[in-house]
Amino acid sequence: MTLGEPDLEALARGCAVFGGGGGGDPTLGYVMAREAIRRGGPVAVVDLDDLPDDGLVLPVAMVGAPTVIEEKIPNGSEGGRIQAVYERHFGRPVVALAVAELGGIEGMLPVAWAAHAGLPLADCDLMGRAFPEIHMCTPNLHGLPIGPVVVADERGNVATFTAVDAVWAERLVRPTCAAMGNCASLAIYPMTAARARAAVVRGSVTRAVRLGRLLAAGDPLAVLEAEVGAVRLIEGKVTDVERWTTQGFARGSAVVEGFGPDAGRLLRLEFQNENLLALLDGEPVASVPDVITVLDHHGAGAVVSERLRYGQRVTVIAFPCHPAWRTAPGLQLVGPRAWGYDLDYVPVERIHAARA
Amino acid sequence: MPRGLDLRLGIDVGGTNTDAVVLDPQDRVLATCKVSTTPDVTSGIAAAIAGVVGEGAVPPRRITHVMLGTTHATNAILEQRDLQRVAVVRIGGPATHAIPPLATWPDHLRRAVSAGEVIVPGGLEFDGRELAPFDPGALARFLESLEPPVEAVAVTGVFAPVCDRQEREAEEVVRRVLGEVPVSLSAEIGSVGLLERENATVLNAALTRVARRFAEALERSLAANGVDAVAYFTQNDGTLMALDYVLSHPVLTIGSGPANSMRGAAHLTGLSEAVVADIGGTSTDVGALSNGFPRQSAIPVEVCGVRTNFRMPDILSIPLGGGTRIHTGPDGLRLGPDSVGYRLSSEACAFGGSTPTLTDAAVYVGRADLGLHPNGTWPRGVPWEGAMERADETLAEAIDRVRESWRPVPLVVVGGGSIIAPDRIPGVGEIVRPSHFEVANAIGAAIAQVSGQVERVYHLGSRSREAALEEVRRMAAEEAVRAGADPQSVEIVDLEESTIAYLTGPALRIRARAAGALGSL
Repeated sequence: MTLGEPDLEALARGCAVFGGGGGGDPTLGYVMAREAIRRGGPVAVVDLDDLPDDGLVLPVAMVGAPTVIEEKIPNGSEGGRIQAVYERHFGRPVVALAVAELGGIEGMLPVAWAAHAGLPLADCDLMGRAFPEIHMCTPNLHGLPIGPVVVADERGNVATFTAVDAVWAERLVRPTCAAMGNCASLAIYPMTAARARAAVVRGSVTRAVRLGRLLAAGDPLAVLEAEVGAVRLIEGKVTDVERWTTQGFARGSAVVEGFGPDAGRLLRLEFQNENLLALLDGEPVASVPDVITVLDHHGAGAVVSERLRYGQRVTVIAFPCHPAWRTAPGLQLVGPRAWGYDLDYVPVERIHAARA
Repeated sequence: MPRGLDLRLGIDVGGTNTDAVVLDPQDRVLATCKVSTTPDVTSGIAAAIAGVVGEGAVPPRRITHVMLGTTHATNAILEQRDLQRVAVVRIGGPATHAIPPLATWPDHLRRAVSAGEVIVPGGLEFDGRELAPFDPGALARFLESLEPPVEAVAVTGVFAPVCDRQEREAEEVVRRVLGEVPVSLSAEIGSVGLLERENATVLNAALTRVARRFAEALERSLAANGVDAVAYFTQNDGTLMALDYVLSHPVLTIGSGPANSMRGAAHLTGLSEAVVADIGGTSTDVGALSNGFPRQSAIPVEVCGVRTNFRMPDILSIPLGGGTRIHTGPDGLRLGPDSVGYRLSSEACAFGGSTPTLTDAAVYVGRADLGLHPNGTWPRGVPWEGAMERADETLAEAIDRVRESWRPVPLVVVGGGSIIAPDRIPGVGEIVRPSHFEVANAIGAAIAQVSGQVERVYHLGSRSREAALEEVRRMAAEEAVRAGADPQSVEIVDLEESTIAYLTGPALRIRARAAGALGSL
């Protein structure tokens, strides 16, 4: 598959759904990818099986506050500078870039950098959704090293971290990102195509494009049910949004008051960039690591949590995460308890079957 | 001479009609007038003013305030008429090169507006630190390289809403190189979100001549009719801004038309929850009232294909109005999207012309009694009933898309073209056609409140969130009073806070808007 200008809209729409409220505004990523493709040409999307076993695959992303990224747009050459550091370190070329986080701007940005560098994009990502911290990646479950982690800003500053583990990498990257102005570009989990095959979420890019195309053409709820197994949690109006900061993270909650078939019900949504937990009339109906996404009736696109606001007409859906997250180590890393909820994880489809 | 509030003159200049109303201090309607919008706009305004003061019921000297709402700026962009050539300056290098200025604009509009674009080194971080030092030399070289005429300059600095120092420095460079040209600074136009704020700033710069001519025309028309009053324009949130403010912020008038008609509909009916259809000559705007105010759009609003970050009424516009042309041809029946517009009174069949319009269909099926013009030529073979049915379906679908729930809602029908609306619409409860429905937007302008808006970023090291919120509320209220609001009536009508995430220390962005009734001056 080749990603050209006409496919970007579908990719952006799909990424917004998988992002589950996180990953930043996809529009910005869309425009960045489009500008890069106009200058550098379309981007080939390749399956990991079609890359040489020892070829170096580089997952890339931006870290930082979405508000800052929307104001301080990148230079565009960050990806190239990061790539050069790895090629020097490993003494061989990078054969493909990859999406680290499938959501919003994060799913689009690697397309821009791939077009800029003239590299293909591997058809995979490290989460199958979006998460706020860089150690919340499936390669971590397979014992792959996160580093070296290379962080770059738009000025030309580049920092390389060799951390003892993924949590330490997160701890080291964060203050560097703050010093760089609260947003920075980085690459994590550099790995060979052979290592990547078993350790990442495969087919993500083509899946997001396919979902985006179908959403543009048909009834969004029917499409989401058929494609990702989505269940509808509530249809209603956002009646309250509250936000606060803990340990440098924007957290918050929103209340959706049901209307139509859901009149009289209340859904409380808790988020930390990504939506974490949905309580319907006080009962948990979906939680991390399953994906919870808010769809705006106006345009039927997915809403990132920083754009949630009073009065929006929305439908809230949830769908199963990648199976890797449902294992014991997966849940230890990103299950409800990892976010401070005293709650056992129950797969969303099982909760839904029990309610029906 | 400072004078107390007495009579208010509300004027709305639409694409088809120019309406005027006069309200007394108790908001009672004393006079109304509707005339066709003229190609030069000014003579239409003059005629409308003459219409309301000419009857004798309204002594011109008693008019103390004039509020004008207009889609003039929007139309100027749509038609690319009278736009100035703008030098587009972004201060942000080495950041932001991934998306150059105007990258998201439609090509034709970009060609019509841009005199050249540049990203010069500079910009700030979110906390006011320098992203890079501003390079005045690079800006001067760019300005000198431009092919004249350069009629206006738009300056957008990264994180200028946090601190506008670099934008001010850039303004000085522009003055030095180009002399007296209008300069629009992004910090005065929009909030955080670089591309959207930049787009709005460039549109603003392009519109300064349109605004100046319009304001001068208004002042001449007022003076010619013996009106000596304070003049305001309504802006996209339905509140007022002073005339001299409009001259430097014309882009804020965009979206004021729908806001005015919805506020007018709420005022005339006393309804606070309803769907409003404002049927004009060329198009119909459908929107929802919530608590008596237009429901605001939650997503960035596009103006003529350009994304901006204004909060505007959530409006669905459909190309359907009283002047919409009925086409019959080999492909069958087609409505519009073209309209005879302000030429309705000369070109429509019912008025003696020969162009079939939806107004003619309404007359034909008996919805409107305008009296058939004796010289009118009613073309044969026009499927009048079919055209009316098609129009009804289009309107019903738009209403259905705007309503908030499955429950039947009342529909308020306003606007000069509203005679084409049916008496029953599926899913709609009561259909209300208030008195003075035809001038609802001018009434909305006349009852508009005065507002002030402030946005700040706080670092919560030394002060509490509550203290920061309180400070922004107070500043917004002061802004509203400065703009002419009565201090007693000022309320905070909108408050938004967002945390800037991933920080080592917390920061909070707060935006507050205060509004109040017009005070005595």
